[in-house]
Amino acid sequence: MSKETKPELIEQMASEAKNGRISRREFLQYALAAGITASSGSLLWSSEVAAASPKRGGTFRWGIHDGNTSDTHDPGTYVTRQMIFLAHQYRSYLTLIESDNSLGPDLATEWEAAPGAKQWTFKLNKNATFHSGRKVTANDVVASINHHRGEKTTSAAKALLSDVEDVVADDDHTVTFKLSSGNADLPWLMTDYHFAICPANADGTIDWKSGDGCGPYKIESGEFGVSWNLSRHNGWHGEGAYFDAVEMTVLNDPNARQTALVTGDVDCVSLVDLKTLSLLKRNPNIEIDNVPSGAAITLPMFCDTAPFNDVNVRNALKLSIDRQEIVDKIAFGAATMGNDFHLAPGQPYFPESIPQREYDPDKAKALLKKAGAEGLTVSLSTADSVFSGAVDMCVLYAEQAKRAGIKINVVREPNDGYYSDVWLKKPFSAVSWGSRPTPDVMFTLAYKHDAAWNESHWQNDRFNELLMQAKAELDQGLRGEMYNEMCQLMRDDGGTVIPFFNNFVSARSKKVMHGPELAASWTCDGARAPSRWWFA
Amino acid sequence: MNDVVKIIFKRLGLGLVTLLVISVIIFSAVEMLPGDIAQAVLGQGATKENVAAMREQLGLDRPAVVRYFEWLGNAVTGDFGHSLVSQKQVSSAISERFANTLFLALYAAVIAVPVAILLGVLTALWRNTPFDRVANVATLTSISSPEFFLGYILILFLSVKTGYFPSLAKINAEMGFFEKLERMFLPALTMVLVVVAHMMRMTRSAIINLLASPYIEMARLKGVPGWRIITHHALPNAWAPIINVIALNLAYLVTGVVLVEVVFVFPGIGQMLVDSVTKRDFPVVQACCLIFAATFILLNLAADVGAILTNPRLRHPK
Repeated sequence: MSKETKPELIEQMASEAKNGRISRREFLQYALAAGITASSGSLLWSSEVAAASPKRGGTFRWGIHDGNTSDTHDPGTYVTRQMIFLAHQYRSYLTLIESDNSLGPDLATEWEAAPGAKQWTFKLNKNATFHSGRKVTANDVVASINHHRGEKTTSAAKALLSDVEDVVADDDHTVTFKLSSGNADLPWLMTDYHFAICPANADGTIDWKSGDGCGPYKIESGEFGVSWNLSRHNGWHGEGAYFDAVEMTVLNDPNARQTALVTGDVDCVSLVDLKTLSLLKRNPNIEIDNVPSGAAITLPMFCDTAPFNDVNVRNALKLSIDRQEIVDKIAFGAATMGNDFHLAPGQPYFPESIPQREYDPDKAKALLKKAGAEGLTVSLSTADSVFSGAVDMCVLYAEQAKRAGIKINVVREPNDGYYSDVWLKKPFSAVSWGSRPTPDVMFTLAYKHDAAWNESHWQNDRFNELLMQAKAELDQGLRGEMYNEMCQLMRDDGGTVIPFFNNFVSARSKKVMHGPELAASWTCDGARAPSRWWFA
Repeated sequence: MNDVVKIIFKRLGLGLVTLLVISVIIFSAVEMLPGDIAQAVLGQGATKENVAAMREQLGLDRPAVVRYFEWLGNAVTGDFGHSLVSQKQVSSAISERFANTLFLALYAAVIAVPVAILLGVLTALWRNTPFDRVANVATLTSISSPEFFLGYILILFLSVKTGYFPSLAKINAEMGFFEKLERMFLPALTMVLVVVAHMMRMTRSAIINLLASPYIEMARLKGVPGWRIITHHALPNAWAPIINVIALNLAYLVTGVVLVEVVFVFPGIGQMLVDSVTKRDFPVVQACCLIFAATFILLNLAADVGAILTNPRLRHPK
C-alpha cells in the first residue's frame, strides 16, 4: 500500500495510535474493517506507529565534529564539542533543557528561590548514582560547583558564578546557593556544560580524572580526539537512554563525516557541511534536522561614534539589509532571520509579539534624510574567520544597502587576532556569538552599559534599569514583559544589526527516530540524542 | 666491514647531536608562537586570574631556559615528561598512535616499494613504448594531486559508489590483523599512489643511465636477453640512488601523513602533533618532532649503509 493511496481514515488512526489512544489490536481491527488486509495493516502499524514510540536496544554510532586529542575530563576546561557532547552522556547536571526548550529536572528534582532570588535551594534525586555505584549526594554537588569558584580555579566558567557567595549542603540531598545579588536565572545557569556533577574527594575537590559520572551512559573505553565507547548506566535516575551502547567517533573532516553517514558507518552526524546540504537531502536514507539556535551573527556599530551616534542612521542601516536573501544565499537556508535584538526563537522569553523587520530601502532613505546623512558612507570590518561566508555576507549587504543610497566599504581584516585587534576596536564590524542559556546572561555580557564586551557602546538607561529588575524578578509573567520591552528597545534604539541566527544542522539515518521537538541548546537535541532518541 | 660499523656509530653520534639541535629549535619555535597553553586551553572567555592560575599550576611562570633544561635533563634519562594538557605520560600517550602510524607506513611501503621497482624496471626495459608512457603519466598524475584529493577520489569510487572498502579507517587494539588491513586499505592506497612515482622514475632513469655503459653493450653483444641485462647487469649497479629515494619516501610515509589521517579519520601521530601545536603542548610537540627527526636520520643512515653494501668499490676501499 503506497502512501498516495492511503485513506484518510487510516492516517487518522495512525495518528491516534501514535498518541497512544488506540492499541495495536484495535488498530488492526479498525484497519480490517476499513478494508485493509491483516498483513498490510500489520505493516502499517510497524511503519507508522511503532516507530513513534521509543524502543530499547541497539548501538548508536554518532559521528561528531570538533574533537581534539589534547582534550581532558576537567569540566572547567571543556571547550571542544567532543567534550561538550560527551559530558551530556557520562555526566549529569542539576537541571537540563528539555526537547521543547523548557527547563527540566536532571539531578535536582525541584528547586526553589527565597524572595528576591538571593538564595536558591535544590532538592536532589535520591536514586541518582555514579557509575562506580556510589549515591550522588549534596557533597558531590558542592564540590563540583566549587571547582569553578575561588582564587585558584582554572575554570573558564568562573565568571558565570561571580555572584555566588557560598554553596552549602543542608543535608544529604539538599543544596543551597547563596548569592550576593538576586538572580532568577540560576536554575537555567546550571544547565551550562561546565557545571557537570563529578564525584567529590574527601578534601572537597572533585575527581574528574577518572571519568566517573552520573549520566545515562558510562565510559567503557575511549581516547580523546578519536572515539568513545559507552554503555547504558543501569542506575541512571532519568527517563530514556534507549540505546544499549553509544559509539562516538570524532570526525573533524566535513567530508569524512558525510561519507561515513552515507556509507552507513555512523547513524548520525552532528554537523553537516551547508554547501552540500541540498545534495545530502536527496539521499532517501537520510533525514536532516535543521534547528534554530541562539548563536547569532551580529554587526555592532559604536553608538558614541559618528555617524552611528544618530539613532536614525542606525535604523537606516538596519532597514537596508535583506535578511531573507542573506539567509538563502550565505547560510544556504540553514539560519533564522534576526530582528535586531539578541534573542532567538526557541530561547526562553522570546518575544513573539515584536514584528519582523523587513528590508525597506525607501524607509531607510527617509530616515537618512531626517538625520541629514544622505549619501552615507561607512566601513564594515570583517574576516573569513568570523564564520564561513562572513566576507560574502558583508559584500552582499553592501549591495543591498546601495538601494538605500548607503555606501558600505567592506574591509577585509586579517583572520589572526581578529577578536583582539578589530572587535571592540573598529566602529562597525562583523561578530559571531555562541548561544547563551538565558537573555540575562547574553544582555549582561554584551549590552549592559558597563559590560567589557558592550560591542556597540550602547547606553540606554531604561534598558539597564529593566535588566537589573528582571534579573531578580521571580514572577515569570512580569519577567516576560520586561524582556519584551528590552528586546523592543534593542531593536529600535540599539546599535546592533543582527542578520541571522545560525541553525544547528545535523543528519541521521532514517532508522534513528526522535520525538516531535528538538532542543535548541546544542546540536542533536541539546547534545542528548543518545539518551532521547531510539532506533525504529 | 669494520668501516661500515665505524660509519654507523659515527653517524648515530652525529644523529644525536642533530636531535639536540632540533629540540632547541622546536622549543624556541613553540615559545615564539603567540599565546601559551593556558590561553589556548581556557579559550576566549578566560579571565586574567584564570590564566595566571593555570600558568602557575603548570609551572609556565618560570623562565623558558629553565624549563628547557629541566625537560632535557629528564629526556636524557628517558623520561619525556607529561602532556601539559592531559597530564598523561607523553610516552604512553604517543606509543599507540605512533604504532598505528608505523603500521600504516609499513603497509603502504610493502605495496609501494615492490610495485615502484617493478614498474621502474619494466619502463626501463620497454622505454618509450606506450606502456612506458601510460605508466609515467599515471604515476605523475597521482604524485601531482594533493593527498586529500586522491583520498576523496578513492573514497568516492571504492567506498561510496561500490562499497568495496570502508571510508573510515577506524582501528583499535582489539581488531584482528586482517580486519585492520581491510580498514586501512584506502589510506594505504592513497599513500602508495603518492610515493610510487618518485621511486619508479628514479629506478627507471638510474637503469637507463647505465644502459649506455660499455659493459652493458658487451652483454648485449654476447646475446643476453634484455630483461636479464637489467636484472643482472644494470640493477646491481643502480641500487645506490634507488635506495636513497626509497629511504626518503619511507620517511615521508611516516612523517607526511597528517592529511591522509584527517581524510580517513585514522588515529595516527600526525593529528596528535597538530592538536598539540594548537594547544602549545610543548612536551608532546617535542616528542612527536623528535620521533620524526629520528625517523629521517635513521632512514638516511640506512640508505647510506645500503649504498655502501651494494657497491663493492665502497665496500673494499683501497
